[in-house]
Amino acid sequence: MLEPASREFTQPAVTAELIAAHGLTAEEYQKIVKALGCEPNYTELGVFSVMWSEHCSYKSSRYYLKNLPTEGRHVLQGPGENAGVVDIGGGLAVAFKMESHNHPSFIEPYQGAATGVGGILRDIFTMGARPVASLDSLRFGAIDHPRTRYLLSGVVAGIGGYGNCIGVPTVGGECYFDECYNANILVNAFTLGIVKKNRIFTGIARGTGNPVIYVGSKTGRDGIHGATMASESFSEEKEQRRPTVQVGDPFTEKLLLEACLELMEKDFIIGIQDMGAAGLTSSSTEMAGRGGCGIELDLSAVPLREKGMTPYEILLSESQERMLLVARRGTESEIQKIFEKWDLDAVVIGKVTDDQQFRALWHDHEVARIPIRALTKDAPAYQRLAARPVYQEQVQQFDLAKLKEPGDLNVALKQLLGSPNIASKEWIYRQYDHYVRSNTVIAPGADAAVIRIKGTHKGLALTVDGNSRYCYLDPYVGGVLAVAEAARNLACVGARPIGLTDCLNFGSPENPEVMWQFAQVIQGMRSACLALNVPVVSGNVSFYNETDGVPIYPTPTIGMVGLIEKIDRVVTPWFKASGDVVVLLGRTREELGGSEYLKWIHGITRGTPPWIDLKMESAVQRCCTEAIEQEVLCSAHDVSDGGMAVTLAECCVGGEKPLGVRIDSREMIRGDALLFSESQSRIIVSLKEQNLDKLREITARHSVPMQVIGTVGGTRFVFQPLVQVSVEELKGIWSTGLTSRLK
Amino acid sequence: MRWGVITFPGSCDDHDVIDCLKTDLGQKVKVLWHKDELAGNFDCIVLPGGFSYGDYLRCGAMARFSPIMRGLMKFAQSGGLVLGICNGFQILCESGLLPGALVRNSGLQFVCQPVHLRVEETDTPFTSSLKKGQLLRMPVKHGEGCYYADPKTLESLRKNRQILLRYVDAKGKPAASANPNGSVENIAGICNPARNVFGLMPHPEDACSALLGSEDGAKLFMSIAAACADRVPPHA
Repeated sequence: MLEPASREFTQPAVTAELIAAHGLTAEEYQKIVKALGCEPNYTELGVFSVMWSEHCSYKSSRYYLKNLPTEGRHVLQGPGENAGVVDIGGGLAVAFKMESHNHPSFIEPYQGAATGVGGILRDIFTMGARPVASLDSLRFGAIDHPRTRYLLSGVVAGIGGYGNCIGVPTVGGECYFDECYNANILVNAFTLGIVKKNRIFTGIARGTGNPVIYVGSKTGRDGIHGATMASESFSEEKEQRRPTVQVGDPFTEKLLLEACLELMEKDFIIGIQDMGAAGLTSSSTEMAGRGGCGIELDLSAVPLREKGMTPYEILLSESQERMLLVARRGTESEIQKIFEKWDLDAVVIGKVTDDQQFRALWHDHEVARIPIRALTKDAPAYQRLAARPVYQEQVQQFDLAKLKEPGDLNVALKQLLGSPNIASKEWIYRQYDHYVRSNTVIAPGADAAVIRIKGTHKGLALTVDGNSRYCYLDPYVGGVLAVAEAARNLACVGARPIGLTDCLNFGSPENPEVMWQFAQVIQGMRSACLALNVPVVSGNVSFYNETDGVPIYPTPTIGMVGLIEKIDRVVTPWFKASGDVVVLLGRTREELGGSEYLKWIHGITRGTPPWIDLKMESAVQRCCTEAIEQEVLCSAHDVSDGGMAVTLAECCVGGEKPLGVRIDSREMIRGDALLFSESQSRIIVSLKEQNLDKLREITARHSVPMQVIGTVGGTRFVFQPLVQVSVEELKGIWSTGLTSRLK
Repeated sequence: MRWGVITFPGSCDDHDVIDCLKTDLGQKVKVLWHKDELAGNFDCIVLPGGFSYGDYLRCGAMARFSPIMRGLMKFAQSGGLVLGICNGFQILCESGLLPGALVRNSGLQFVCQPVHLRVEETDTPFTSSLKKGQLLRMPVKHGEGCYYADPKTLESLRKNRQILLRYVDAKGKPAASANPNGSVENIAGICNPARNVFGLMPHPEDACSALLGSEDGAKLFMSIAAACADRVPPHA
């Protein structure tokens, strides 16, 4: 091990400038003095600054997050742990969570995205679950923005580089482009793991005298104050903060994953937590906080890979691929044996105490002593000022009657199908291993990804969704629609939702308009979660997504998991055979506000997002799931961005061999609205004609409108009397829409 | 039939091979750890896919020095069947059990997609139950799967009929568009001159169940099992 520069550590003086540089307000500093009963030293100041950062403390969001429904019959672990856990029967459970890595990915796209994946994977295997599937939700600036190509290539390569190497498949995701993300991209990573119900581990410290063990990579100076960076807005100058981005080592994480899962088969450990944001500090104090005990760390025992690191740096380092364990006394050598097998460090660096204090030692000298409560339960919480933006009224004003319909709707459809938000994302997911673990039943590109659960007849459906344009125009409705669409995507493969995780990406909470958006989105999500009966089991808030005072659109990303009882019954969105009947479940209205059509064809982001009746939404979803379970359907595809015409075109071109369709849908609404309206609660299904009566019976039982609108077959996409194009041509446009713009 | 599957540090597809052999194909499998000496009787030893040692150096360059490789070399030299899939293929090339090398994909990106393969030769224990010209469908997923060999080596590969699989289109033609990584002559898999060591980039273990879209991988594994039923296994 490297010898630190000095056994002595002189704490620099705490000055007003230093306090401000740590992102602490004057009131927060006074609160620290009160909690300690004296002025903090330099190390303590650092510990407080990361633990009280927005990223770690959720100080602006906690007040609103309470409103999300987190309980359900099958929920084994709700928010507050490394990941949420839901029972799926047969003695098994799933652990899942989503996290953002937005700021680092903008500064250094490859490593930022890679370590985002690494972090979320650790959150999952910390719970004792083997990660079996990942998803990612990405937002970039306008496709023609000079930086977009570089950021997109780097982020995708980073996600693949990490996920592929560690052997966890990336089975799905979403990617959108909008100029509101030009200077603040979003990278949200989701992972799900499977765990035996009676072998779930949590991040808890307990049992005075039990050893605290450090495992994984050695500690370096990377990522110091990463959590603080994630709690500030961007400016030109802060882009220079490249050194605060960590560097990922997926190989070491793979070893760590296998070693931890091997360890967890034994009864050696009490609790375990990933050293993520705020590293050793947050993992140790949070574990002690949950256990109601104290913790003492000997920082001079921490394995280091850089010379001369100070206690302050060791506590705040965000070096990747590290875990903290609290073990049963006497099992240390057994634990070390397992980690030795995998060529990893496992070092006792401290012990559990009964004094409810966080104490850090440096060569027998105490360098920090803080009551655990002050860092966890008693961290500041704010009910920030919230105010409806003045522009809100104005952006909702939109008179469709004044919008001129395109002369040729064939052209409009082709333009939409080739737009970067709608075109095939194969260029992205082709760079991700989506087969490893040999469970992938529905690969990326469908409404939801589906994996089988080996040893059972069950499967899991996974999706990530969120339309930020809707949230910008009406954050409440946007919150509702994000949850509704995620659940609908699960219904389209025949799954029933069992839980959700979220990444809430917003601007600065100190901006009352942003806070209002946040509160509204949460309320919307709450309404939809209650109506659709989906509990929120984990999540993450990412504030300060703004550059030079301009926030991104409010962007809640919903990751939802559904259970499939009979895995061999699932369907994909693509049409299967000529002669199959095409049916629309739900109803189309003249709703173009906030649509992809309005944005891409007319350059307008205005109006109100589509209306939704959550009872109808729920009924449509149940219809679709039941019809799939009863093997009535050949395909099902949710109608979303680009409306019915785009959805139908995707059904034609998304499968292995393109198939034509002839649609005759009589609605007394204008042509562009009929084709491109984004009315909610609609699903396009195809089925054998002889099954129509069965479908009629199911829809009647749920009072869901259904309309036979056409037949699969031929080589043309015909939407009478508005559109008539060759399917080959559409396939070409859709397949190359993204890649042609990246050249 | 006794299968062995080696886990190297960074192997990812080891579980998949073990699961499909055991569950889908009802085979007996022994899991082998790279730090151990090779011991026991085996008919076929599989080097699975993944990123051994992170592939931080050339793919497979570190794994060839794992302790178990000494025994594996002897096992191969005495006629035992060795199957290298993806990273396993890379390790076999690095260790000299197979000629040529696997270099960065011509598109410079990782590629994950299903491919069509054409069976080129059937007089090997790996392909004896398959038909010459038969098409198989299974995925590839790799960043460095572009097979390269110098003209002289290629000539001898052709002469000795060591090219067992080629990337082809749905009609069975080795078109350039069907080549996912720029491999010379669309080569997807080769064997050694003694025909007992086989390396391929595609993943048969991901194509052993109708649920996953293809059972063609099972055809390959079962071909090996059928051939082994008629062979006397060498002692490792």
